[in-house]
Amino acid sequence: MPILTAGTTAPEFSLHVTPDQKLSLSELRGKPVVLAFYPADWSPVCGDELSVFNEILPELSKYGAELVAISVDGSWCHDAFAKHKHLHFPLLSDFEPKGATARAYGAYREADGVCERALFVLDKNGAITWSYCSPVAVSPGADGILNALEALPK
Amino acid sequence: MSKLSVSVTKQDHLQGALNAACSLVEYGDYECPSCGEVQPVIKKLQAHFGDQMSFVFRNFPLQEVHPWAEAAAEVAELAGSQGKFWEMHDLLFANQEDLSESTIQALVRQLGLSEAKMLQASSNGTLKSRVESDFAGGIRSGVNGTPTFFLNGDRYDGSTDFESMVSLMEQVLISNGD
Repeated sequence: MPILTAGTTAPEFSLHVTPDQKLSLSELRGKPVVLAFYPADWSPVCGDELSVFNEILPELSKYGAELVAISVDGSWCHDAFAKHKHLHFPLLSDFEPKGATARAYGAYREADGVCERALFVLDKNGAITWSYCSPVAVSPGADGILNALEALPK
Repeated sequence: MSKLSVSVTKQDHLQGALNAACSLVEYGDYECPSCGEVQPVIKKLQAHFGDQMSFVFRNFPLQEVHPWAEAAAEVAELAGSQGKFWEMHDLLFANQEDLSESTIQALVRQLGLSEAKMLQASSNGTLKSRVESDFAGGIRSGVNGTPTFFLNGDRYDGSTDFESMVSLMEQVLISNGD
């Protein structure tokens, strides 16, 4: 299944953001949301991708947007990775049942058992307005995200 | 494919001619080991292609992971304002493993840069705003990590070893000739 495209309602999820706390998509309703699925903590490309996203947080906040990144890594792993990279946005664990959220977005690589490198921009009502799936070895950069946020109705 | 959204101009730190057949733009970070590793590759490419290529360096400091990247970028800009950008650029990469306040000050002295102008530029924010504008342009162009290269305006996602880059640049030169 290809990734979900613009016009689709973003499937709800509730995933661990820390070992003892969960975050649901519906809690972010009312703001634009950027969902960044990525294959794995610690992989070289993912590290670059998330480091770039980390630096555009001030830009995202101009749009009132929230960024959350999702992989199948467990929350303890996310915790160590976020500290190592000084990440200032939540990393969610699509860990149990493994990849269920990524599957709902069409962003799961069955053969590899990890998420695709896929981006979704949601409007404040939770509808997908833009999505992009990058080749797994290529970090997508943030230009598409910013263009999509700019295109949202003010 | 992501494209360079800020065209190369004479305001850039540019080696080679503005209208060279093959334009290579790097967004880099002085504290990034991969940027350091690619330095000799760029020099080899320049020796190989001569005046067929131009090279531009723009700042993309990943400050959250590299605490000295911003200061290094600013001091390179300071050197640039005194006509010594590339000297500082090379020195910063040569010293990238021990960047610190004292290293940077030593490099400023080594190049004979005006410390008074340095203080003035850091207090009025001109260096910082130049670095920020490079960074913002990089984000808009789809810079996806460091180093990121643009070859004649197209983001280059391939491997950054000499052989891979030479063969792609040769293809660009051939297709230019058609």
